Amino acid sequence: MPTDVENWKSEVYGNEIREHLFRFAEEGYDAIPDDERDAWFERFKWWGLYHQRNGQEGYFMMRIGTPNGVLEPGQLRVVGEIANEYATGPGTNPIFGDAYADFTTRQSIQLHWIELSDVPAIFEKLEANGLSTQQACGDSWRNIVGNPVAGKDGQEVVDAWSVIRELNETFKGDDDHSNLPRKWKVSVTGSADGSGQGDINDLAFEPAYKEIDGEDVVGFNVRVGGGLARNEPRFARDIDVWVRPENVPAVAGGLSALFRDNGDREDRYNARIKFLVDEWGAEQVRETLQEEYVDFELHTAGRDVREEYTYNTGEGERNDLVGVHEQRDGKYFVGLNVLVGRMGAADVLDLADLADEYGSGEVRLSQRQNVIVTDVPEADLDDFLAEPLFERYSPEPSPFMRGSVACTGTEFCSLSIVETKNRQVRFARWLKENVDLPDDVEEFHIHLSGCTASCAQPQIADVSLRGMKTRKNGEAVEALDVGLGGGLGEEPQFARWVTQRVPADEVPGAIANLIDSFAAERDDGESFRAFVDRHEDAELDAFVEPEETDYEDPMLHNTKMTWYPYAGEDGMDAAPPTPADD
Amino acid sequence: MTTRLRILDDGAWLSVDDTRQVSVSELWRLDAPGFCGCDLSDLVVENFLEVGIDGRTVEVRVYGQCIACGTKATTGWVPVGRVVDGAFEDIDRESVLRPRSPKSGQHSPDSGSTGQG
Ligand code: HEM
Ligand code: SF4
Ligand SMILES: [Zn+2]
Repeated sequence: MPTDVENWKSEVYGNEIREHLFRFAEEGYDAIPDDERDAWFERFKWWGLYHQRNGQEGYFMMRIGTPNGVLEPGQLRVVGEIANEYATGPGTNPIFGDAYADFTTRQSIQLHWIELSDVPAIFEKLEANGLSTQQACGDSWRNIVGNPVAGKDGQEVVDAWSVIRELNETFKGDDDHSNLPRKWKVSVTGSADGSGQGDINDLAFEPAYKEIDGEDVVGFNVRVGGGLARNEPRFARDIDVWVRPENVPAVAGGLSALFRDNGDREDRYNARIKFLVDEWGAEQVRETLQEEYVDFELHTAGRDVREEYTYNTGEGERNDLVGVHEQRDGKYFVGLNVLVGRMGAADVLDLADLADEYGSGEVRLSQRQNVIVTDVPEADLDDFLAEPLFERYSPEPSPFMRGSVACTGTEFCSLSIVETKNRQVRFARWLKENVDLPDDVEEFHIHLSGCTASCAQPQIADVSLRGMKTRKNGEAVEALDVGLGGGLGEEPQFARWVTQRVPADEVPGAIANLIDSFAAERDDGESFRAFVDRHEDAELDAFVEPEETDYEDPMLHNTKMTWYPYAGEDGMDAAPPTPADD
Repeated sequence: MTTRLRILDDGAWLSVDDTRQVSVSELWRLDAPGFCGCDLSDLVVENFLEVGIDGRTVEVRVYGQCIACGTKATTGWVPVGRVVDGAFEDIDRESVLRPRSPKSGQHSPDSGSTGQG
């Protein structure tokens, strides 16, 4: 039997949701019939709107999908202006203030406290500037990711940016692909650094060479069925297909249609294509694609460049794109660290000005929640880097600042078990003050997700933290499970969950003790990931050693049961009324 | 009047009549000898799997972990609330809860389990 969501989708879904959204915006939030809320909130996601959690009735998270994280000149300013004008609500964040934008792990942008009545005006402004929320959430093609400096990167093997643009134009708003069994996440990477993180997407195109008629042709190998959610992480599987850049849309559309027709619509837990690949095997995926979904002969896989991958691998150069890097055209791109991906609206506007003044005005977003200013001429680099804004968004941050990624958490997300972003900021600051890594270790990735959905991609970090609960002195407190040694690269590896339910206030001490043991017991020059690799879970569990320190955690209580964790009066009965229509 | 019972947000909430009522991450004391070796399990609710109604009692089956012994498993039908005059009322979930084993259940579970994301 199809699920409720499938029934709702078969009634109204895709582009047509927009007219209803605008009608509700016009008539007011209360015009949504009480017995249709679950249905409409599910549908609104397709247009990038996610109802915030209990206690924040009538407020929405809005996700703007920026393909490959590219913000064309002027677009960052538009985002800053919208954040400034509309992304404020009854709650003030003690670290980030009142209006801010979140840069996400899939190169998108999220705004919070959006009211339904403002949606038409926001859409109008976004769309007038070439931006959109279409299919940013919901069961369809999500924002396409890749190496954020595609088209400019000296390490690029094949031009991915033109491919991504074409996929985006083809599959955003295409009714044939607008109602899939579940989300569909695509990555197209053209560089040899692995920064598109294809392995954790439903569909990945990765650079590869194929010998055709005696000549080496550059194109992409295809992998299918990656994803991190629900305690069932999978890396995408090699389906033994190589494709020319111009044939990517046909193969991608074929696979999305294959998923549309064969994915499980009766059980949403089993719906992602990763489970279909489990069931069928890569070979059957390939055969079905060939026989039913493309009308040309597929090539077998070509020679990939995976052994050159560095991004998020835990060793070597270029684990992220922070810092100053030369572009192919001799100009520079500068990766700036945005701690947990959140930037105040005023800073967003300042950054937009600096990008204009020193670069082309273009800005790009990475999958490590950071921003990159492109096209800075060499002669202007020193002045650019001396700008005071970069004291807070540094191109040369401490490893603990640089390595921090955190999801939304109980602040807004209805799934979360614990507070995340502000906690990760406190963790990073404490670690920076109190812990030294061995001198030759320059990067250390700590990812914090509030639940098993894994939006912060915890399983591919050195230290993975995931929201849990435990009792401490008899009281229920927020806790974190600790995993170690995850990373991407030629041979990607998920973190192993070695220590469970560490009360959140003991986590910084646990990480400090772990790093002490690593420093004391590592082989010469050994990376943390390699160190974890050669130890048993029980040995690692012993290294973790939770401990109270002078770190204080103001959010140890059950933040899920508050209407807003940082409010003075945070109880559900103090929740604000739904916003009035204005 | 029918009651709309749904699991939302990938198993994170039980929704009753389009209002989220019971969430994951609650800690329940379960008198459920089959769940783990403890006399009383101290369960973190991690995922709602099924919801059903037995007379007026709203019951769920959940996946979770006993934080006393570490066992991860799925419970039988745990009562979480009652529908009284068409409205949902919480059962006091801070006190000990007694699940029925899945096999003894009479009612058919609501099929409307939904996820998001
Ligand atoms: C059923 C609900 C949800 C599920 C299952 C879910 C799952 C995921 C997963 C698996 C990822 C990407 C990790 C990967 O690379 O595979 C992701 C991305 C993300 N999710 Fe969620 N998520 C859910 C709801 C939410 C909500 C309610 C929010 C915030 C209010 C949120 C915020 C994010 C963010 C910030 C990202 C990265 C950004 C992006 O997609 O562009 N998620 N989600
Ligand atoms: S990982 Fe969980 S808590 Fe964090 S944003 Fe995703 S769904 Fe919410
Ligand atoms: Zn137990």
